[in-house]
Order: sequence, then structure tokens, then C-alpha cells
Amino acid sequence: MSENGDWYIVSAIVENKPGVLFRITNLFRARNFNIESITVGITEQPDLSRMTITTKSDERIVEQLVKQLRKLIDVVEVRVLDTDKSVFRELALIKMKAVDPTTRSEIMNYASVFRGNIIDIGKETMTVEITGTPDKIDAFKNLVEQYGITQLARTGVSALPRGVD
Amino acid sequence: MVEMTGAKSLIHALEKEGVDVVFGLPGGANLPIYDALVGANLRHILVRHEQSAAHMADGYARIKRKSGVCFATSGPGATNIVTGLATAHADSIPMVAVTGQVPLAMIGKDAFQETDIIGISNPCTKYAFQPRVAGEIPEVVKKAFYISESGRPGPVLIDIPKDVQQATADMHFPDLIKVRGYNPATDADMSEVGRAVELLLKAERPIIMAGGGVILSGAFAELQSLAELMMIPVVTTFKGKGAFPENHPLAMGPIGMHGHPEANKIIIEADCILAVGARFSDRSVGRFDEFGKGMNIIHMDIDPAEIGKNKSVDVAIVGDVKSSLRTLVKMLSKKIVKREADNPWLKRRKEIIQYYQESLKDYPRDVTAKKSLKKLREILPANGIVTTEVGQCQMWASLHFDVISPGTFFSSTGLGTMGFGFPASIGAKAARPQVPVVDIAGDGSFNMTENSLAVSVLEKLPVIVFLMNNYMLGMVAQWQRTFYNRRYSGVHQHQCPDYVKIAEAYGAQGIRTQSMEELEKAIKTAIKSDVATVIDIPIDPDEDVYPFVAPGTGLKDMITGA
Ligand SMILES: Cc1cc2nc3c(=O)[nH]c(=O)nc-3n(C[C@H](O)[C@H](O)[C@H](O)COP(=O)(O)OP(=O)(O)OC[C@H]3O[C@@H](n4cnc5c(N)ncnc54)[C@H](O)[C@@H]3O)c2cc1C
Ligand SMILES: Cc1ncc(C[n+]2csc(CCOP(=O)(O)OP(=O)(O)O)c2C)c(N)n1
Ligand SMILES: [Mg+2]
Repeated sequence: MSENGDWYIVSAIVENKPGVLFRITNLFRARNFNIESITVGITEQPDLSRMTITTKSDERIVEQLVKQLRKLIDVVEVRVLDTDKSVFRELALIKMKAVDPTTRSEIMNYASVFRGNIIDIGKETMTVEITGTPDKIDAFKNLVEQYGITQLARTGVSALPRGVD
Repeated sequence: MVEMTGAKSLIHALEKEGVDVVFGLPGGANLPIYDALVGANLRHILVRHEQSAAHMADGYARIKRKSGVCFATSGPGATNIVTGLATAHADSIPMVAVTGQVPLAMIGKDAFQETDIIGISNPCTKYAFQPRVAGEIPEVVKKAFYISESGRPGPVLIDIPKDVQQATADMHFPDLIKVRGYNPATDADMSEVGRAVELLLKAERPIIMAGGGVILSGAFAELQSLAELMMIPVVTTFKGKGAFPENHPLAMGPIGMHGHPEANKIIIEADCILAVGARFSDRSVGRFDEFGKGMNIIHMDIDPAEIGKNKSVDVAIVGDVKSSLRTLVKMLSKKIVKREADNPWLKRRKEIIQYYQESLKDYPRDVTAKKSLKKLREILPANGIVTTEVGQCQMWASLHFDVISPGTFFSSTGLGTMGFGFPASIGAKAARPQVPVVDIAGDGSFNMTENSLAVSVLEKLPVIVFLMNNYMLGMVAQWQRTFYNRRYSGVHQHQCPDYVKIAEAYGAQGIRTQSMEELEKAIKTAIKSDVATVIDIPIDPDEDVYPFVAPGTGLKDMITGA
């Protein structure tokens, strides 16, 4: 385990109704769980949402987190995903300074290597959309930091187990 | 299907749940509910403060082992019950609280007496509902009782906007309900029970640590048959006090910060701890890292999240202790007939008890907390019910008042809410009017909810306030004596008020006692009385509670004061 703990991805199926997100985030705060990212969206069943939570932690704390989540009436199912047996992705939008043509073409090259898309070009900026694991996004971010990132938006990780589950 | 208003459907649904009494106080946002109460088949007990309504519902629930019900209006009415919800939540008590809310269209507009009670109460409720249409109410009530009473019990809030109370709908009252995502019933895992049997059979110095879960589950007979079959000494947590008869030859009393010295001593000498419905609270175990070190720990609890929360354990049996204990006893009886009573561990138990009996000195006064409580025990019938306030009075009750009939002792233990005991005693009296009910009180605590005397008198629910009066926030004063070099700060009550006059002002009976003889007479008078009696017992403000395990230290570091 590294100094700040290992990465865990927790996937929860929750009722899709008002107040559920509040109850869950309030639980994290009240019990001092440290959450890195959280994503929520509807599932194949319209009355259920899938919530993906990432946290840097240790096994004992994650076990408590899962059990406390399970205790919530609105939480239907919770599991810790095995990172080797699941697919997970994050989306990032990165806006950076790009005035001169050399910079612009460099950014375009990097974006294409990372299978990103240029989704906006302004007079002085370019915005890249990039999807992948958090590591990949970090790597791209590090690469383009030299140009000056002016704005950054990351969605947090969304994940599903692989194959028939 | 029957057409009626939301308010009427609420009352009808409560009646269908078998509710016979509700505690509450009206206001603008629950007027329709109060109107629907007229002619209803349930008793409404009007309180003088909503906090007390919640504590009364709590006291009622602890006796009946089903949800107590309280009503409050929106805004300040709702916020006044929050302490009661938090108290019940900390002690896993089933309760259904119904608050009025401003009309739907006004929510979020900072309307008069609007408060986000769902948000405020979130950390101290098991769940909260806000029905948006009247037709939802019967199902919401059904779910509220189900959630509140099943699994690990807890308070549930129903917040009903006024227009939803007023609207009419075709009502369907379901008999059965399922809540997706809530599956509280689990049967004990047999392989874990098997491992528990192995550990218990090979243990040389086993100990049972019985907690609040035993009382919540009513598993008294099961616990006793296990203890007697294996001849295992039984300690309890403070919340578990009275889970096991304290005059039983295997009983050792509560452990912990103010545990019985013999209980604290024996548990650290054990080699195997069977924790039954206890959550290893810091007040029970002292230091998490020290407690149970090198011992095998078996944990029986209904809440999977309690397993490993504070303490890693060797065996975990998840489920209702009543049925888990039965299974355990059944499996054990196949292996042994009955353990013999004269083994080295039980001899050691006797030695420990004798040691403390001889070495602990009594506080040198004619009337002391200890003597008073022993006197109360002598006179109060075994089936009498005791609630407590918070502070030294509470810890003295734990140390010196033996519970004989299991499940007759109730205290706010998790939250430690001053002012709980008196309204809770009234709720208990409403639940079991035929037995005497005593609130073992401190002056500071009684101050907080003493206006419930009006309720006790008017509703003919006579209880006894056994007031150990040091005119002091005594427990705080003790900490200031111990940890702040006797620098007293904000603890003196300056002989105010006169509790006999307070009692009389409400039409209750007040008796001040100066000697043990007077006290004896007063207790007898109070038990026979048909109005509430406050017995004002002067206690020396310097009398401390011993033993004491200072916070952050382990049970072995217990200070006995001797
Ligand atoms: C001034 C003060 C001093 C205190 N000093 C002490 C002290 O010296 N010693 C002490 O022990 N406490 C003390 N306390 C109380 C302490 O704060 C805790 O409330 C208490 O220790 C909790 O006890 P518990 O774990 O038995 O009970 P609870 O809090 O009631 O927990 C019950 C456990 O049982 C489980 N459960 C519930 N129902 C069932 C069921 N049907 N089947 C199986 N399991 C079930 C629950 O999930 C929970 O884990 C003190 C409190 C105050 C206010
Ligand atoms: C509502 C509330 N406020 C403050 C406290 C902190 N507190 C714990 S014990 C105590 C003193 C209680 O005084 P009293 O009821 O007279 O009992 P005594 O300790 O004197 O027996 C206080 C203030 C508390 N537990 N509850
Ligand atoms: Mg006092």
C-alpha cells in the first residue's frame, strides 16, 4: 500500500429519486470517508441510478464504507470493483493557451496520440476532450501543462464490471 | 379503497399499526392532523415541549419494543424533537416522528416556520419520508414502522406538507410492504456459529459481554441459558445493564469508564470474549487497541456494519441475537451437558469480587448516593421500571442499583441526553401503567424537562423522580476536580430551584428527605401515591463516582478511588 492508500472503485446501484445523493454524500462527511470522485447517472432501469465512487484508502476503511452504504435504505446494491475485471473511464475537458501555430499543432498531435478530440478553438485557447483511465488523463495533463491550462473539468470515474456479470 | 384526507389516512394508518398513544404538541403546520385526532381511537398526550414528546415516545418504545410515536409542527416544533431523534438513534430505539411541513408550493421559499427537517435530521434518523401526494401516506406509514422496528431499530421521520394533509385521495392501506434495498433479516451463518462453538469449548476463561442488543431483542432467556449451560460469567455494557439479572451468581455488572470494578478486572483476564449485541463503544472498552488483545473475540450483532467497525473480531455471527443465541445453545448442548461450577476461572471470579468488596471504601456520610440507591432497590418491586438522567446520578445507578428483572432499566447511553429520564419514565408508565416507574435523576438533568410534571399530573401517569440533588452539574464538576485541578467553571446550581415547591406548583407531591429513615418512608409513600412524586435527596456535591477509567486509557488503568 502506498502512503496515501490504494485506489478503490466502489459501484452502487441506488434509487433514482430526490434526496438520495444528499444522503450518500452526508454519510461520507459524517463518517469521515475521503472520496476522490463520485459520478451518478441513470441505469438501464429508469428508476435506478448507478453511482461510481473512487477513493484512496485501505481495505478496512473501504469495507466500512461499503457496509455503511449498504445500510442506507435507498442503496440497493454495493460492490467494490476488481480493477482487473472491470472497465473504467473518465472524461476530461482541458482548455489551454494556444496562440501560435506551433503550439496549436503540437496540441493537436498530442490529442490525436491520446485519441482525444479538439472540441473548441478560440482566438487564444484550445479545448481538448479526452476519455480514458484517470492515469491516461493525468499523463495527457502533464504533457500539456507547459502551454498553460486555463480551465479543467473532469467527470470522475464511471465503471462497469467486464463481461457477463 | 376509501376516500379521505391525508391527515385522516395518517391517523387511520397509525391505528392499523396498533398505536394506542401518541405524544405531541400542535401548531399551524399540523392543524389538519390534530383535527383528524378528534374522535380517533388513540390517546393523544399533550406535552409541554416537543423534546419531551420524543423522549416519551422513546420510553414507551423501550418498554413495548415497538415504535413510539410523536407529533410536532413545522419549524421550531420540528427542531425541538431533534434531540429526541438523536437520542433514539444513538440507542437504536424504534420511533416514528410525524412533523407538519409548510405547503408544497412554499417549500424552498423560506416560508414562515419552514425548516429543512429532513436535512437537519438526516444523521440522526434511520430514514425520512416526505409524502408529496396524500395517497402515498398509508404506504409511507407502513414503511416507516417496518423500517423503524426491523433489523437494527431506529427513529424514522415522516414530514408531511400541510396541503398534503388536507388533500383527499382514494386510500389503499397495504398489509405487507417491501422496501427494495432494505433486507434486514439475516439468519446466522452456521459455519460461523460452528467456529464460535469451537472457541467457546476450548476457552479456559470465557466471558460474555452482553449489550443493548440483548435488551432490544428481548433475548433474556436465551442469554441466561447460554451462560448457565457453559457457566460463563456475564458482564454487560452500560446499555446492556439488566440484560442479565444482576443478582444472578454469574452476573458481574457493567464494564467501562464507570463500570463495576470486578467486571473491568475479570474481562481483562479472560481468554475469550463473546460480545452479544454490543458495539464496542469507547465508553465500554476504553482503548480499542488494548481491549481484547490476545483474546478470541466472537461478535454477535444484527448490523453487519458493526462487525470490525471498532474492533477486529475472530468470529462474527450476524443476525438477531435471540435466534443466534438459540442456535448457539443448541449446537453447544450437543457437545456438552453442562459445565461444572467449580473450575479455576469461577474461583478466580469469586476472588475478584471478594477483593473489591473488601478494598473499596464507602463515602463517609449518613446519606450517600450508594446507600440511597440500595434503599430504593430494597423497596422497589423487582418488576419496577427505572429510567435515568445523565451524569453522576446515572453512573451511581449503574454501580449501585441492581436490576433483577431483565429489561427494566433504561437510560440515554449513546447520546447521554440530560432531561431524557423524566419524560422517558412517563412514556414507560403509559406503556406499563401497572408497575411503579422511577426516574433516577440529577438536579441539572431534571431541570431540563421538569415541565413534564404537568403531563404526569394531568394524564394521571404518576412516576417517581428520585432526585439525587447535589445542586451541581456533578459529573462535570468531578472532571474539573480530577483533570482541571479543582478549578470549577459553570457547574454550580446555587440551591435553585426548590424542588419540593416545583413539584407542588404542578400539583405533584414533593418530599425532601434528610435521613435514610425519611428516605425509606418517602419511597414507600411515593410508590403508593397516585400523583407524581419528587423525592429531593440532598447529596454531598463532593461525592465522586468510582471506579473511573479516564478517557484514552484502558480498563486496566481503572482508578478505584480506594
Ligand atoms: C455519562 C456516561 C457514561 C457512560 N459510561 C459507560 C461505561 O462505563 N460503560 C459502558 O459500557 N457504557 C457507558 N456509557 C454508554 C456508552 O456511551 C454506550 O452507549 C454504550 O456503551 C453502548 O452499549 P452497547 O454497545 O451495548 O449498546 P447499543 O448502543 O445499544 O448497541 C447495540 C448493538 O447491538 C446491535 N443490535 C441491536 N439489536 C439487535 C438484535 N436484535 N440482535 C443483535 N444485535 C442487535 C446493534 O446493531 C448494536 O451494535 C456511558 C454513557 C454516559 C452518558
Ligand atoms: C443536554 C446535555 N447538556 C450537557 C451535558 C453534559 N453533562 C454531562 S453530565 C452533566 C451534569 C449533569 O448534572 P446532574 O443532572 O445534576 O447530574 P449529576 O452529575 O450532578 O448527578 C452535564 C452538564 C449533557 N450530557 N447533556
Ligand atoms: Mg447534580
